[in-house]
Amino acid sequence: MGTEPKQATGKPGAKRQFRIWRGDETGGDLQDYTVEVNEGEVVLDVIHRLQATDAPDLACRWNCKAGKCGSCSMEINGKPRLSCMTRMSTFEDGETVTVTPLRTFPVIRDLVTDVSFNYEKARETPAFAPPADVAPGDYRMQQVDVERSQEFRKCIECFLCQNVCHVIRDHEENKQAFSGPRFFIRAAELDMHPLDAKTDRKEYAQAEMGLGFCNITKCCTEVCPEHITITDNAIIPMKERVVDRRYDPLVWLGSKIFRRGQVPQTSVTSGHSSGAGSTGAADSGVHSHSGGSHDTRAERQAQQGVNWHREVPHPTAPAVDANGKLPLTELTFDKAAAPSPFGDDVAFPLPPEHLNFAHPQQDEPKH
Amino acid sequence: MTETRIERHHYDVVVIGAGGAGLRAAIEARLAGKKTAIISKSLFGKAHTVMAEGGAAAAMGNVNARDNWQVHFRDTMRGGKFLNNFRMAELHAKESPQRIWELETYGALFDRTKDGKISQRNFGGHEYPRLAHVGDRTGLELIRTLQQKIVSLQQEDKREFGDYEARIKVFAETTITELLLDGERVAGAFGYYRESGEFILFEAPAVVLATGGVGRSYKVTSNSWEYTGDGHALALRAGATLINMEFLQFHPTGMVWPPSVKGILVTESVRGDGGVLKNSEGKRFMFDYVPDVFRKQYADNEAEADRWYKDPDNNRRPPELLPRDEVARAINSEVKAGRGTPAGGVYLDIASRLPAEEIRRRLPSMYHQFKELADVDITKEPMEVGPTCHYVMGGVEVDPDSGAAYGTVRGLFAAGEVSGGMHGSNRLGGNSLSDLLVFGKRAGGHAASYADQLTARPKVSVTAVEAAVETALAPLQRDTGESPYVLQQDLQAVMGELVGIIRREGELADALGKLAELRERVAKVSAAGGRRYNPGWHLALDLRNMLVVSECTAKAALERQESRGGHTREDFPGMDPKWRQVNLVCSLDGDAVRLAQKPLPKMRPELIQLFDRAELAKYLTDEELAEFDALTEEER
Repeated sequence: MGTEPKQATGKPGAKRQFRIWRGDETGGDLQDYTVEVNEGEVVLDVIHRLQATDAPDLACRWNCKAGKCGSCSMEINGKPRLSCMTRMSTFEDGETVTVTPLRTFPVIRDLVTDVSFNYEKARETPAFAPPADVAPGDYRMQQVDVERSQEFRKCIECFLCQNVCHVIRDHEENKQAFSGPRFFIRAAELDMHPLDAKTDRKEYAQAEMGLGFCNITKCCTEVCPEHITITDNAIIPMKERVVDRRYDPLVWLGSKIFRRGQVPQTSVTSGHSSGAGSTGAADSGVHSHSGGSHDTRAERQAQQGVNWHREVPHPTAPAVDANGKLPLTELTFDKAAAPSPFGDDVAFPLPPEHLNFAHPQQDEPKH
Repeated sequence: MTETRIERHHYDVVVIGAGGAGLRAAIEARLAGKKTAIISKSLFGKAHTVMAEGGAAAAMGNVNARDNWQVHFRDTMRGGKFLNNFRMAELHAKESPQRIWELETYGALFDRTKDGKISQRNFGGHEYPRLAHVGDRTGLELIRTLQQKIVSLQQEDKREFGDYEARIKVFAETTITELLLDGERVAGAFGYYRESGEFILFEAPAVVLATGGVGRSYKVTSNSWEYTGDGHALALRAGATLINMEFLQFHPTGMVWPPSVKGILVTESVRGDGGVLKNSEGKRFMFDYVPDVFRKQYADNEAEADRWYKDPDNNRRPPELLPRDEVARAINSEVKAGRGTPAGGVYLDIASRLPAEEIRRRLPSMYHQFKELADVDITKEPMEVGPTCHYVMGGVEVDPDSGAAYGTVRGLFAAGEVSGGMHGSNRLGGNSLSDLLVFGKRAGGHAASYADQLTARPKVSVTAVEAAVETALAPLQRDTGESPYVLQQDLQAVMGELVGIIRREGELADALGKLAELRERVAKVSAAGGRRYNPGWHLALDLRNMLVVSECTAKAALERQESRGGHTREDFPGMDPKWRQVNLVCSLDGDAVRLAQKPLPKMRPELIQLFDRAELAKYLTDEELAEFDALTEEER
């Protein structure tokens, strides 16, 4: 840009070392670039300069360049960041800046990853349910009541929290059963929405979104560019209240007497909710670690031999009460007798896709 | 050419653009039972709508009960200097409140008043507090709400048909390069997946354009890379017309340096709270630029100006608070006279005017934005600012009620920034978000009923598709042409310097010459690399759209010999009532842009009577005023 001055404060544009991952799903490697960096620039500016000079086909997502759209997520020196919000001045002089694509999602090309996982999870999360008897224009809510949900609605869907969450970061196998922090705050937002007509958001998050997988390492909160306190304000309250309602003897007793229109008493690691059939959501992509499987395709596959792709149940911490103790009182427990040593969510017989046994003669005709 | 794989889809309505207008249109088409596709140039939910901060204007009367659609209509017409399509302004004022309330049923959470209603804030040009808002992220709330409504419709479809995408599907990171016609009727749209570079063909009888604006043709802009005028250009090539293309909204104080915040707006309240503009010599230059008509209201010395902040009743206002176009003109003149900052702006200094504490208290979001994005501490150093391209008032000429494009084409609809007429020569803050909703819904609904009443579906011709494939692949197959990045920079330089905020006849003529040269070079652009997520190739394809739209702007700006709203001619500084009676209409004749004058539709009596005669006298010709007087006479 001929007319554009390189500097406003007099310092000449310095040359900096960049290492950028180039490649696609078949593989790739870090490539070295020496590129001019001017004072006041962010990493995205430097990537744009590379596109305009040495690497015109360097793939990278971006839109607003103002930290508002959440498009330019990448990993900069190993840290998940928005590149438009990462100032070059935060690096040491002479420090090589390494830029790689988000690790949790499959690479499409260079710094662009396939984030469709997030859109699938968004689609599985039940939408806002408008109150039946309130006409448009008649919604009345107090500011203090909307503020709690508004915090979560600040989310710009950069998916850095999803990227950094260790439940799925290096565990592809957990993706099916785990929606991730972005959608926990969506569930929390709806749960706290003053007029949302659905009353089972927490139970749903626990039973169908894999909230139980989260063990509160707060990585998501740390990377959030919008500073949403994901763990403290969304995840923990969701977990606590699920546990409260589930194990508080009075709540439990009450729920037995006045049946609420909720998912029938879900246990922490799901299990029998798919069989209950009393909620509309029951048949839409329920992921259960066990329980009766009626998926004929899975059964057929399982019978053909060792099922290497089976979902291995993730170890889950036991559900504890407010005092951090296991609920041991049989009187207030919702099952007859003691908890199953195999876990409450495991029903027998085990579904065939969880079995790793193939009968040697299974393919021979039976008669 | 070897055989090219093209993925084919059949839809009833294809919506190009996934911002506020596009999503609202798609919702309406789907609610009408049509199979609907949404084409998004970026990921779903990243549209430029998220950048809107202020709010959505709707005369709900929640904060001031005297507000109603008539007052809103009046404000809109005034803001657009009476060049608005009155019917659009009327529909917009009448329907905005319903559109906002509807968002609440989709799950939106606006800030509230004490009695629990949607809170409304004051904004420039609006007589009463009118903007429904969510802090300073109203655009994000709007996009997210519409996005989530679409998801909820998909969930309904999943329950009914077992497939989320049975009736509405989002094609993310997909760019449309060509509309396909059957005679004069829209038959489909052709484009490519950005991720894979694979081609995709939509066969559809109705297309809604909702592609936003054209800001990327300017060097300093608040717009994102998507704003390359795709919809404007697609419409032109399909036989539709564009109006008001000479009107672009520039914000006088956008950041010009550091690069990390270039184009980002610095709110006017920085100047309202005491910020002053200085040139590179340290001179507070605005005193030299007070036009005679403003002498009574604006101070001519620093002492009086500074007293105004404390005692506005006995002192004249500081000249930094002149109307936007005056401030922009002054900055422009200083820079052109060589007294600008190295980055081509001027200094906006609040640091030396207020204690740091006070700045942080009064301008918290400004302070944080600059601290976080640019490491600029506005309590310690001056900002470097200059005019920023922000919004295009011009766009596809449409039927105000249905959003159907005029010109020869049928089955083409437009809504949002890509359509023209609603905002006249200048848009009021807050009117764009409600514009998206009102006209998005209308365009989607009318596209659906248009598709309904067709007896036979238009057919896509094989030759047209082959031609589109060839055009799309051409930049990749050339290796002798220039880089698309260089061409974009050159285009931006021409538009920024010659067709910018202040225009002159000579410069505009010069610009047209340079654009013609650029057209030759763009025709030979070459992109390195392959088809897979190749931004160089994508830009190469966008360039021809940017170019044709820039030509429209330059041509119309040269033709309109007056200054009005977003069009300032240094050689014709005043508003001319004769020019108010015409729209400049652009169409395509082969490759060339053709310009025609077209009379503005005449306002209905009950609408024009909402205004004072004294106000109308500023805008109307003597004959029009006589007509107005006759009308009032009749009433008596």
